[in-house]
Amino acid sequence: MEAAAEPGNLAGVRHIILVLSGKGGVGKSTISTELALALRHAGKKVGILDVDLCGPSIPRMLRVQGKAVHQCDSGWVPVFVDQEQSISLMSVGFLLEKPDEAVVWRGPKKNALIKQFVSDVAWGQLDYLVVDTPPGTSDEHMAVVDALRPYSPLGALVVTTPQAVSVGDVRRELTFCKKVGLRVIGVVENMSGFVCPHCEECTNIFSRGGGEELARHAGVPFLGSVPLDPELTRSLEEGRDFIQGFPESPAFPALSCIAQKILNEAPVGLS
Amino acid sequence: MEEVPHDCPGVSSAQAGRGASCQGCPNQGLCASGAAAAPDPAIEEIKEKMKTVKHKILVLSGKGGVGKSTFSAHLAHGLAEDENTQVALLDIDICGPSIPKIMGLEGEQVHQSGSGWSPVFLEDNLGVMSVGFLLSSPDDAVIWRGPKKNGMIKQFLRDVDWGEVDYLIVDTPPGTSDEHLSAVQYLAAAHIDGAVIITTPQEVSLQDVRKEINFCHKVKLPIIGVVENMSGFTCPKCQESQIFLPTTGGAEVMCRDLKVPLLGKVPLDPRIGKSCDKGESFFAEAPDSPATLAYRSIIQRIQESCSLRQPKGENLVGS
Repeated sequence: MEAAAEPGNLAGVRHIILVLSGKGGVGKSTISTELALALRHAGKKVGILDVDLCGPSIPRMLRVQGKAVHQCDSGWVPVFVDQEQSISLMSVGFLLEKPDEAVVWRGPKKNALIKQFVSDVAWGQLDYLVVDTPPGTSDEHMAVVDALRPYSPLGALVVTTPQAVSVGDVRRELTFCKKVGLRVIGVVENMSGFVCPHCEECTNIFSRGGGEELARHAGVPFLGSVPLDPELTRSLEEGRDFIQGFPESPAFPALSCIAQKILNEAPVGLS
Repeated sequence: MEEVPHDCPGVSSAQAGRGASCQGCPNQGLCASGAAAAPDPAIEEIKEKMKTVKHKILVLSGKGGVGKSTFSAHLAHGLAEDENTQVALLDIDICGPSIPKIMGLEGEQVHQSGSGWSPVFLEDNLGVMSVGFLLSSPDDAVIWRGPKKNGMIKQFLRDVDWGEVDYLIVDTPPGTSDEHLSAVQYLAAAHIDGAVIITTPQEVSLQDVRKEINFCHKVKLPIIGVVENMSGFTCPKCQESQIFLPTTGGAEVMCRDLKVPLLGKVPLDPRIGKSCDKGESFFAEAPDSPATLAYRSIIQRIQESCSLRQPKGENLVGS
């Protein structure tokens, strides 16, 4: 345990992936969580950094809401979500006294906490760090990109739903990525159609086609469409491991494909 | 405050405490911290401007993607169906301005006149303002930090020439941050009727919405009520599967626990999303849909709630 010196707490992190969208409610936290679970199932050690300060969703998704965060010499110890300690998580959710307490902060204070989250969490050795963000192109995004820049993140997964209203915001997010020099690993289209498990009828609840079209327009890879699956939704509500529990789900192939793409792009281990 | 330096920039200036002439001034620390700054004069200016606006409603959620903009747009459509009702729709989602698209006004530009900015009129009695109208391309990103976003919101409230308005609907981004604080702060003296809070039935949404309700309490913003959106989708073919399940009781239980009114539940109709994408009113597209009926009932309840409150003017400070 060396004294706190450069490059600090991210020294042991092999690859950093940001999950972004311009739009709220498209499934950033869902995709971040499912990606982490899928990478874990591929034998990797994963950290999740939740920088959505106003709406920290991930603790509940991994059934660790209410856990306390401890300090060590190098900073905050992230919360481990499993016995094997293969997934660790840091979120403002752990720092709130009451779960319903609102974090009503203006930009500068949010920036300060995000910088701390980047530099003062003792992640240890990680294969992948997945950074979940709130919607928008503002303080949190600029703060996290600036703070992570010295560590050369792998890039960003940009999430949209098929609707034009969503694509309209996500186009701006892609511009943000270009402006701040953040590589786009690819676009994920979430909530892409609902296949009723009883009768196989496919209903395009949130329209269709937008994600692929957006990727083409922006000249970035399209990583796949994740359909709406009530089992996935329920798993997240109840903090269950979807990847483990539902390999037959229609959402599983798409999520595995995204994880595989990350594993191929940025392999860790013997190769 | 003795020994004020010669070139004191003024205690309420942006340079207060920071200018070269501030070095050594005994009040430098006080000024730099902003504590000496007088209240923003814009608050009074906005209060004056808002004298011609009878009712002001903020549409909030803690959570993104629950349908705030969809709801705001349809609240505006619904209220404006009575051509004698003047409606204004203000979109303060600076990073993700959806309202122009949903209202079918993409590509419109804002014009300046002697009396300020003119809103874009969809109908004679329905005016709209959004940062979306100030952007030249749909790919333009608004990458602003908090203070600059606040400045834009101040301008929207102070410099837009709304005219005589019965209802001003303010659509907000998700969260509890700069935009929300600014809207409440700038409208503080002008009396906001209250907030309509949107959620979906899921716990992941309710969890954020409880925070939003707490935010409203903190800033003394009255809550008109909660709308549960995307409530109860069933497979149109076999009626069996559900999607956004209320695993923890949905908005109904939350409202009961937190003692706030539940204004209604809007079912998920795939045509709603399509209408928004096309920039058309869902009411026109599907007048008999259960979703339309739900919206109309909720709008009526909001109107009733507004008419029970003092119609502005009096010293009813909103915060």
